[in-house]
Amino acid sequence: MLALFYLFAAISVISALIVVSARKPVNSVIALVVCFLSIAGHYVLLNAQFLAMVHVIVYTGAIMVLFLFVIMLLNLNKATEPMKSLGMRVAAITGGALLFITLAAAIRQGVHIESANPFDAGVGLVRTVGHVLFTEFLLPFEVSSVLFLSAIVGVVMLAKKEKHQPEAPVEPLTEAERARRTA
Amino acid sequence: MEEGIITAIRVVPLDHYVLLSFLLFSIGAAGVVFRRNTIIILMCIEMMFNSVNLLLAAFSAHHSDPRAQVFVFFIMLVAAAEVTVGLSILVMMKRNVDSVDVNQLNRLKG
Repeated sequence: MLALFYLFAAISVISALIVVSARKPVNSVIALVVCFLSIAGHYVLLNAQFLAMVHVIVYTGAIMVLFLFVIMLLNLNKATEPMKSLGMRVAAITGGALLFITLAAAIRQGVHIESANPFDAGVGLVRTVGHVLFTEFLLPFEVSSVLFLSAIVGVVMLAKKEKHQPEAPVEPLTEAERARRTA
Repeated sequence: MEEGIITAIRVVPLDHYVLLSFLLFSIGAAGVVFRRNTIIILMCIEMMFNSVNLLLAAFSAHHSDPRAQVFVFFIMLVAAAEVTVGLSILVMMKRNVDSVDVNQLNRLKG
């Protein structure tokens, strides 16, 4: 079991590094799908079956397909993305490493928790989670539909092509201006 | 097999999950600063969401408390809504400045 954990952990970390370092966006998306599938494997190891299924359906099934559609429809799969300046890249790597070292140092003596409940391996089953979701958390569950409604309205409003130009139309960038900003 | 899965919760120490999710979170945070492509920045944010979800699920399994898993479910809902809005902003950005480079979005800079 520990070997399975290390396998899934290695897959998720390596694919996460590929997400950050891949030149083409489509390769990043595929690596992120692999990362999410390995995280679903972690959920299965934790016996969180409901989360594993919802994770595969929502993340790899819906969100990543949405990313792929946007990349393909907007034809973004060009590897010509200008890199950030060297100092910025070094700062990003150093910052990430320092963040990890700080967080890891905070738990260097190990995480010791006293379980609040008697051990029960069945907490992640659909039956248990569904029961809690539809009794204790019924109101937040219903309210989340309002969140989705507002997201739908916002997305339609943002992505709609404007028929009338606004009073002060945004000037398209000149080449010199774009070069100046990119530098 | 069922016994194996049930004991797996006890076999893998909690520290391992904590360290793994710290590592994924740090990679995501570094990626947000490292890249200029907006779509990859959005994906790094998703990765950070997922590391936190994994941490919540691990603590939930070790505490034998299903409420944290409901919490993860709600985080997934919010992340789905957030991604749709983020991607529509990206579509609008591509239409207006014909680029997905975050450095182009500096009109609010003084």
